[in-house]
Amino acid sequence: MALLEIVAASKSFATTEAVYQVSLSVERGEFFALLGPSGCGKTTLLRLIAGFETLDTGRIVIDGDDMTEVPPYARPVNMMFQSYALFPHLDVAGNVAFGLKQEGMERRRRDARVAEMLALVQMSDFSRRRPHELSGGQKQRVALARALAKMPKLLLLDEPLAALDRKLREETRLELTGIQERVGTTFVVVTHDQEEALGMASRIAVMNRGRLVQTGSPADIYERPNSRFVADFVGAVNLFEGALDASGLAIPDADRPIPLPGALRVSPGMRVALALRPEKLSLSPEHPAGFALAATVQSIGYQGGQSTVHLATASGLRLRAHLPSHAAQGLARGAAVWASWAPADAVVLTE
Amino acid sequence: MTSVTPWLRRVLIGLPFLWLAVFFLLPLLIVAGISVAQSEDAIPPFAPLLRATAAGLESHVTLANYRELAHGCLVVYGSSLGNAALATLICLVIGYPVAFAIARAPGMWRHILLFLVMLPFWTSFLIRVYAWIALLQPSGLINRLLLGAGLVEEPLPLLYNAFSVQLGLVYSYLPFMILPLYGSLTRLDESLLDAASDLGARPWRVFVAVILPLTLPGVAAGMLLVFIPAVGEFVIPDLLGGPDTLMIGRLVWQEFFENVDWPAASAIAVALVAVLTAPLLLAQRFLAREGTA
Repeated sequence: MALLEIVAASKSFATTEAVYQVSLSVERGEFFALLGPSGCGKTTLLRLIAGFETLDTGRIVIDGDDMTEVPPYARPVNMMFQSYALFPHLDVAGNVAFGLKQEGMERRRRDARVAEMLALVQMSDFSRRRPHELSGGQKQRVALARALAKMPKLLLLDEPLAALDRKLREETRLELTGIQERVGTTFVVVTHDQEEALGMASRIAVMNRGRLVQTGSPADIYERPNSRFVADFVGAVNLFEGALDASGLAIPDADRPIPLPGALRVSPGMRVALALRPEKLSLSPEHPAGFALAATVQSIGYQGGQSTVHLATASGLRLRAHLPSHAAQGLARGAAVWASWAPADAVVLTE
Repeated sequence: MTSVTPWLRRVLIGLPFLWLAVFFLLPLLIVAGISVAQSEDAIPPFAPLLRATAAGLESHVTLANYRELAHGCLVVYGSSLGNAALATLICLVIGYPVAFAIARAPGMWRHILLFLVMLPFWTSFLIRVYAWIALLQPSGLINRLLLGAGLVEEPLPLLYNAFSVQLGLVYSYLPFMILPLYGSLTRLDESLLDAASDLGARPWRVFVAVILPLTLPGVAAGMLLVFIPAVGEFVIPDLLGGPDTLMIGRLVWQEFFENVDWPAASAIAVALVAVLTAPLLLAQRFLAREGTA
């Protein structure tokens, strides 16, 4: 049985449908990410799970218990807030102990648990500090320790890394996954950052305009997006829009139809998009075997280990390729190249 | 502030200090001076502190006024402080829920409710106190309603007693409690309340463990703003109080105008300032500590 079961959940505010008919289930021990642009309803969904908002229709079931009518303080769920929401009038230990106090846990056990949690997030030396005496990264650790102290069945994390600077974010992401594996708690994290979601989640649900668009493993979402939205939102992509014919996808910009990946159950003449990740594109000075597009290099963006090459065909079709920087070094702006890819690497999108 | 030249800066900072010195410190010093003078049947009705005589300078400084104070007026201080403390407490008990409700009210309502709290200031304080006389007197609106409804046999003694003084104090100073409380309640981070509730705190526990401690600066400010002026309040006990109402403000008035004993009145006033400095200092220390949190 799934630990978290959301059945046809809907919630609207005044005029906007924040969450519409969302159904999903999260298994015990999963690191689950809700991914989407801002305003897509992911935070509302998280607040619905925590109980801060009430459902208009639908059900939320946690570990077999219907939570729809249960107030937030009685749910076996804890949340790590985006702003961390540490109590400014309590020190670090007081913050971590807060939830345990509400449970009425006796002093000695409580102190032991607080010490254990602070050790888990490597904040043992800071237990007497007030929140305003901590750095952003330290606050984040305290917030995590506080949310884990009650050993919730489900831990909700609202943009856990958003307030950290880039280098710290990378480190903290690794720590979060490490801690999740160690404590075994089910994590549901909300993020707008696709890299973050791909990097830490075991499964991702992509949301757009209050609706669930696609659910799957990071590789599923990245390699086999089911819609133009997902392909475009998760990572960079080349999208070819056109109509299907017998030999492939006819697009106005290409002089010949683009070959399709495998057999398709779509009718000829249908308008579809072909999605191709930039790193699947290879560039060569000679025409390779099979299908290739003639293009000229427009610009090369160096990003360290990888470079982004922007290309344009004679008819004006723009392409984007990600190459290892050593491979891009041989290219110059204005160079004529052949862009090719294995047909199986492209994904046909009907939505 | 970098564009402000140093001398202008000094003037800007200096002006309020000058104002305080001229209109607060100087009068206080004069009053303190009079408080150690001897009463005299003259104009002004006290002897100069130093008088030049043939034998040289002669000092007329005396602490007699304060000694008298310690003998006769302690009861008045006690009842003044007691009355003010009770009024402060009642204002807090009424004001906190009101401020809370206003702070949580939806957008437009917030402004309307806040406006209503401040509306009484548009009418003269004196007129509002007189209005209470009209309401509370034996033939007043309240007693007529009670009699008409058959709830009482004869008019209740609502006026010229401890009750009417307390009512007047609470009525007049309630806005001074509500406004600072409202201020600290609106500054409260909503996500802290969510966090407390998420960690298992029931609504009452959220209040006790999070909301109350975080709004203590507002509570302290509101209590001071009510307590300090209420202790020295003159108009309310004078208009609404009975013969048994003992309040410092009234005593100062009596000594000053009826007994024309300026030194005694000054001693009472100076002692009151001294008494009120203690809670002020306490509150300031408390607020300074909270300010760093």
